[in-house]
Amino acid sequence: MTPWLVAVAQAALLALAAPLVVGVTRAVPARLAGRAGGRIAQPWRDLCKQLRKQPTSPADASMFFVAAPAVMMATSLIVAATGPFIAATSLFGGADLIVVVGLLLLGTVALALAGLDTGTAFGGMGASRAMVIAALVEPTLLLAVFALSFRVGSTDLSRIVAAGATEPARVFTPASLLAAAALAIATLAETGRIPVDNPATHLELTMVHEAMVLEYSGRDLALVEWAAALRLSILLGLLANLFAPWGVATSLDPMWLAVGAAVFIGKVCGLAALLSAGEVWTAKLRLFRVPELLAGSFFLGLLAVLASAILA
Amino acid sequence: MSGRASGVGVGLIRKIRSAGRVAEPAGDRGERLPQAAGLAGSVQVRHVDAGSCNGCEIEIGQAFSPVYDIERYGVRLVASPRHADVLTVTGPVTVNMASALRKAYEAMPEPRLVVAIGDCAKDCGVFAGGHGVAGPVSDVVPVDAQVPGCPPEPDAIVAALRGLTGR
Amino acid sequence: MNPIAAGLAATTGLAMCASVAAIGTPSRWRARVVGVLTAVSGTAGVAAGIAAVTGIGWRAELPGVLPLAGLTLDADALSGWFLVIVGAVTTVVGIYTIGYAGGDGRGPGSGTSLTVLPVFTAAMALVPVAGSVPTLLAVWELMAVASLLLVLTEHRHRAAVRSAGVWYAAMTQAGFVALLVGLLWLAAATGSVSFAGIRSAAGHLPAAVTGAVFLLCLAGFASKAGAVPLHPWLPRAHAEAPSHVSMLMSAAMVKLGVYGILRVGFDLLGGGPRWWWLVVAALGALSALYGIMQAAVAGDLKRLLAFSTSENIGLILLGIGFTGVLAHAGNTLAAGLAMTAVLLHTVNHAAFKTLLFAGAGSVVRATGTRHLDQLGGLVRPMPVTTAFVATGALAAAALPPGNGFVSEWLLLQAFLHPGQGADTALTIAAPLAVAVVALTTGVAVVTFVKAVGTGFLARPRSDCAARAVESPASMLTAMGVAAAGCVALAVVPALATPALTRVLAGLQLGGTPVNREVLGLHLAGTAASVRPLWLAVGIVAVTGTVAVTARSLGRARRRAIAWDCGDGPLTARMEYTATSFAEPLQRVFDDVLAPERDIDVTHDTESAYHVAAIRYHQQIPDRIENRLYRPVVDTVAAVGTRARALASGSVHRYLAYMLVALVVVLVAGVIR
Repeated sequence: MTPWLVAVAQAALLALAAPLVVGVTRAVPARLAGRAGGRIAQPWRDLCKQLRKQPTSPADASMFFVAAPAVMMATSLIVAATGPFIAATSLFGGADLIVVVGLLLLGTVALALAGLDTGTAFGGMGASRAMVIAALVEPTLLLAVFALSFRVGSTDLSRIVAAGATEPARVFTPASLLAAAALAIATLAETGRIPVDNPATHLELTMVHEAMVLEYSGRDLALVEWAAALRLSILLGLLANLFAPWGVATSLDPMWLAVGAAVFIGKVCGLAALLSAGEVWTAKLRLFRVPELLAGSFFLGLLAVLASAILA
Repeated sequence: MSGRASGVGVGLIRKIRSAGRVAEPAGDRGERLPQAAGLAGSVQVRHVDAGSCNGCEIEIGQAFSPVYDIERYGVRLVASPRHADVLTVTGPVTVNMASALRKAYEAMPEPRLVVAIGDCAKDCGVFAGGHGVAGPVSDVVPVDAQVPGCPPEPDAIVAALRGLTGR
Repeated sequence: MNPIAAGLAATTGLAMCASVAAIGTPSRWRARVVGVLTAVSGTAGVAAGIAAVTGIGWRAELPGVLPLAGLTLDADALSGWFLVIVGAVTTVVGIYTIGYAGGDGRGPGSGTSLTVLPVFTAAMALVPVAGSVPTLLAVWELMAVASLLLVLTEHRHRAAVRSAGVWYAAMTQAGFVALLVGLLWLAAATGSVSFAGIRSAAGHLPAAVTGAVFLLCLAGFASKAGAVPLHPWLPRAHAEAPSHVSMLMSAAMVKLGVYGILRVGFDLLGGGPRWWWLVVAALGALSALYGIMQAAVAGDLKRLLAFSTSENIGLILLGIGFTGVLAHAGNTLAAGLAMTAVLLHTVNHAAFKTLLFAGAGSVVRATGTRHLDQLGGLVRPMPVTTAFVATGALAAAALPPGNGFVSEWLLLQAFLHPGQGADTALTIAAPLAVAVVALTTGVAVVTFVKAVGTGFLARPRSDCAARAVESPASMLTAMGVAAAGCVALAVVPALATPALTRVLAGLQLGGTPVNREVLGLHLAGTAASVRPLWLAVGIVAVTGTVAVTARSLGRARRRAIAWDCGDGPLTARMEYTATSFAEPLQRVFDDVLAPERDIDVTHDTESAYHVAAIRYHQQIPDRIENRLYRPVVDTVAAVGTRARALASGSVHRYLAYMLVALVVVLVAGVIR
């Protein structure tokens, strides 16, 4: 089995599973609210329908608006293909942490430019907020994983995950807990979950991600929502595999890959359920309190890196 | 529960499944609309109050509440007409809202459907001929389905929207 | 003939021809002649630089050219690296000038401006090949004076230009004094003015002398590089100068400050103790963070780019500082990595900042304003400029697949490997440096999304933006060349590896640990690699595939007016402006930036409960400037005002002064 095939399979698996993970994040709060809730596959139905619908472009928008959904989807797919999700082997020389963060940021930037390109007040507002959050979240992502990188001596995510699976005593220190907390907060912010952003809000003034995509329809909207779902799975998957790397395939043996895929899906769905259950008991923060949370997670990350560098 | 052993097991699972559940079993599904076949079980709704007394809004709110829980049939409210497949409209269309309603309809991507909810949306109800009333919804945008009632019961709204999702 | 000599002769000769031609040609042809000659001169500089980095050394003494000391030229690989930068930027600027200055023969197209322009570029080309203290000081001062004249090009039209000129003149001369004292001290202590002589003798100097010399030179060079807190001239001069001058200053001239620090610190003084480099790293961290925060909230497009220059210089200085610290700790691998990142980032920054300032110049030319709040909607009238600026912005934001990403990747890798047994200072400094780079990159992304998103997209926010037209072909060509440079640096940075190895060897840092893989970078001794070409091709290919697949599934796209909540039409006044875009970030960094807000509420005359008008005014002052420079400027002004009393106009008094001075000199002589 060539690494290419594994990469494509991994991207396909994540792309197929991502809407289901979103389904889980909707089903759990629905059940906790006493609802019957939608089916877990409902996001897939929504996507298929949106893909067939007619896309519209605002009159004043340019190529940036048209290109953004594809860029966002493509960057997410590349990360999904190369990251250490099912197998922590160096596919194409591995997924570099800095490259992964850069690619995710590129998707955010594309969408923010699209939001500004619409020329609506809401688009600009969403773009502004999303970029400020991203400016504080990306450093946190980098720092949190760097805490593990320092121990392994590499920014290759596959190596970090593989090292964590085979010799946990070397990789995990008390500092890893700080790093995990920082990464968890960064994940919440990056995927637009409560308390940073409310994915279910209908009130424009409280929106962040939704405000940028208000003008999208049809297949553009489908791509944006699919990519957003994919990013949720990617970040939850990274969180799971970096700090609980057990079950990840460390070779390209088909059986281990199958086990890796099953364990991965289980971990991500579990984290998604946990995340959405937590949302039920949490209120969204006021927008200008969010930076305090993010600054807190940034300092957690910094502490984690310092601690793991000093303990090295 | 005749088979005791399995009956206890199934009962327990059913009990766990229904623990804390307030959603009630829904009534009949409404008539399936042929226009909605392309939506394939997923309906995103944008609501426009074109001049209603807000009675219908309270009932629509109930339809989306945990008790009637229309979301289980694939219906979701969205924040922008660009994301919507279905426009639900209430009230007689007032002069001031007519152009806004038309714009909201035009902003929706095709295929797009309109559901007029309540008697006022159907034929202006008690406001017929009133000052500032432009006419029923069908005078402004093409209507695909109607839910009569003043206000209609949540069950009726759920049934009509289920007719669109086909579930 | 030595190719370096030939290239340098061609560079200076052609520049002199251009300078003379600017005086002689009629204004209709002036910009074209000067532009073409300058561009060719720059290309010759690139050729000389490439010859120098391939390892051909060249040394020449021209005793008669400069009084007393003569001119000494000495080219090695490090000279070559910076000569390539200067030459390439000069080439682009030459092409750009044809269109940019080719107007009515005034402002940038005036005889004076076009005469001085080639002098400036030639002086910059000579700085990296200067081989002795007097030569370096002479060409450095020539460069400073020429650039000052160019900054003042539009002094008749705007008072801000005059103020910028005064700031620049004062700071560049103060920097020159620091440099003069430092280098002359060094020459006196070693007993040699040539770099070769200094290099061999510097090892025996007492630590106090080398430390003082290094600090003086650092002050001089860092102020030219625009490092915070020696930066106040930079946002003024870059913003107020004509854009082709901004390109030269930001992309080439500030790099020569970096060159000076490398030359003096690593080459002439041969490394030095650790605290030097910790100072440099701290300076870099401060510049990076403060520069990008000011850039993020700047409303003026060119001021934004200027502060972004401070930020990038900060990253470069951070890398230089770490190179020194790591080399001192004996970790040549990581030191070489950091220096590789520094050198690549100097080239990358030169490429994308040339492009961005060229874009800003096109915007100013087309709209007459630099203020982002009045721009917008330029993507339709100026599609090519917008595409080029977006390319530059991608690089400046250090996003993949831009060229800025490659050098920042290398920089972060250097911090990751402080090495086994590294001491406490390094162990703590490395993670802090990671945090600085990460935060800087994050804010840089906001900055450039703001610049592109509010400056070029959506609807025009003013009439002048609505009337914009695309720039002439020569300006677009120049931007195209710069953009091609950015793309080449982004996808095949590995091509520079042989040159990097030679530059690093010249700095006594061993070779570069970056192995050239097939179209990628692999770091020796670590497990990190990045393949920029794969990344770029991957992003483009997958994006294309996704777009085409999605398109084949769905229906045709429809144009519709933007959703206005049913109550339109949306006007440009409803768009988010650059100021509002940056407002959340400004709130986050409120304590650092300390913005000054002014809200005037005018009430109705009938009732105080009714508001007739609200006027909101906000400005974000440069706090470091206010704290550090304002007291100095005030003191100097106060002393000057007092001293006015000395010059009363009375001849008797002046004679008395002379008598007193004579007595003082005589007494001093007698005592001695």
